[in-house]
Amino acid sequence: MNASEIRTLVAKVLSGIAPEADLSSVGDAEDLREALDLDSMDFLNFVVGLSEGSGLAIPEADYPRLFTMNGLLGYMDR
Amino acid sequence: MPDFTMPALGADMETGTVVEWRVKPGETVRSGDVIAVVETHKGAIDVECFLEGVIDDLVPLGTELPVGAVLARIHSASEARRPPPAPSGAIRPKISPAARRAALERDLRLSDLHGSGPDGAITLADVQRRDHNATPTMASPTAQPASRQGFDTTPMRQAIAAAMGRSKREIPHYYLSSTIDFGPAQAWLESWNRTHEPIDRLLPAVLLLKATAMALVEVPQLNGFYENAAFRPSPAINPGWAVALRGGGLMAPAIHDANHRSLPELMVALRDLVQRARTGGLRGSELTDPTITVTSLGDRGAESVLGVIYPPQVAIVGFGRMVLRPWVVGDQVVPRSIVTATLAADHRVSDGHVGGQLLAAINAALQSPQAL
Repeated sequence: MNASEIRTLVAKVLSGIAPEADLSSVGDAEDLREALDLDSMDFLNFVVGLSEGSGLAIPEADYPRLFTMNGLLGYMDR
Repeated sequence: MPDFTMPALGADMETGTVVEWRVKPGETVRSGDVIAVVETHKGAIDVECFLEGVIDDLVPLGTELPVGAVLARIHSASEARRPPPAPSGAIRPKISPAARRAALERDLRLSDLHGSGPDGAITLADVQRRDHNATPTMASPTAQPASRQGFDTTPMRQAIAAAMGRSKREIPHYYLSSTIDFGPAQAWLESWNRTHEPIDRLLPAVLLLKATAMALVEVPQLNGFYENAAFRPSPAINPGWAVALRGGGLMAPAIHDANHRSLPELMVALRDLVQRARTGGLRGSELTDPTITVTSLGDRGAESVLGVIYPPQVAIVGFGRMVLRPWVVGDQVVPRSIVTATLAADHRVSDGHVGGQLLAAINAALQSPQAL
């Protein structure tokens, strides 16, 4: 997936979890969980959405790489 | 001939408004059917009927009614249907769901609106026309706080204030706290999640919930209700799971029979419950049936959570954030995942010894995660 596709998928999945959130106001290096007030259930639902939307397997050990947009761009670029 | 009345969806509820009927006059209803949507300070709730028969005389939509008011009549199938009542002199406006929502957002009373639909029903166009014609001197409603579907959180805040105020005035709380080694549970969870797809993975929360439910089997004195100066134990264990709503506000709807459900079943139930608490579709029974409350809102915040008991329950269990701490295992100090479990309980019903037994039972259950 390229950067644009990744951003689109992330925005789409997050819109279902934090519908009132404005993703454009969150910096690429910011922790999404803090910025969007995501609890552990929200984050797991986020992982489910990313995994289903990209077809990528995402083991639990990799979760820290998904906390920021920068991390997501690096991790999902495959 | 029994009546279907406005249920008390929580100890603090005084009134509600039927905003949608899911049945028509003359239909047969069965016990447990969702037959109406009632708007309360906790949002729109799907209300079940626990009577059987043919439903009739449905109250018109959009009228605020007190708890206990008759909403419909249920005839047993064998009774002859009464002839339909003559139209009453009092005019109660009919309003479409879309119009009702729009009127709510604009802070308009139904009596202010003129209905141009069939039978004088108020349509969305009527609401919009009224808004358009508002004179400049009339204070236009300020934007509602960001929340789901134009739902005003102020009534919920007031309801929480009323319930928590009553709790602290009436219930003599005692508090106990215990630090629990989550190490074995953490290891079991990691092993499970390594071999399951994201959708089938489990959160620590479901282990905490199941452990609490199983502990209540051993300590039933904390699972039930205090009513009429006496404790009524509940045969079923239905923990209310505290859910923070995104626009502000809090609900703790019941997960029925948690002790009988497997961890994957609880995960599905929890995910579904949180979804419906936040976007609508909670059922009346989920608000009336909690036998105890469990709050794990310390998730990413506080290390320990000391709750306020929600009457008529007699206890609330709190779990804080998982933290990595030095811990003694045998004669070694090792890093371990630790969670602080707390209990606030009604001293009229139980004493510290019983409370301590519950926390000990929760701890024991979490040391054998494979048995959860």
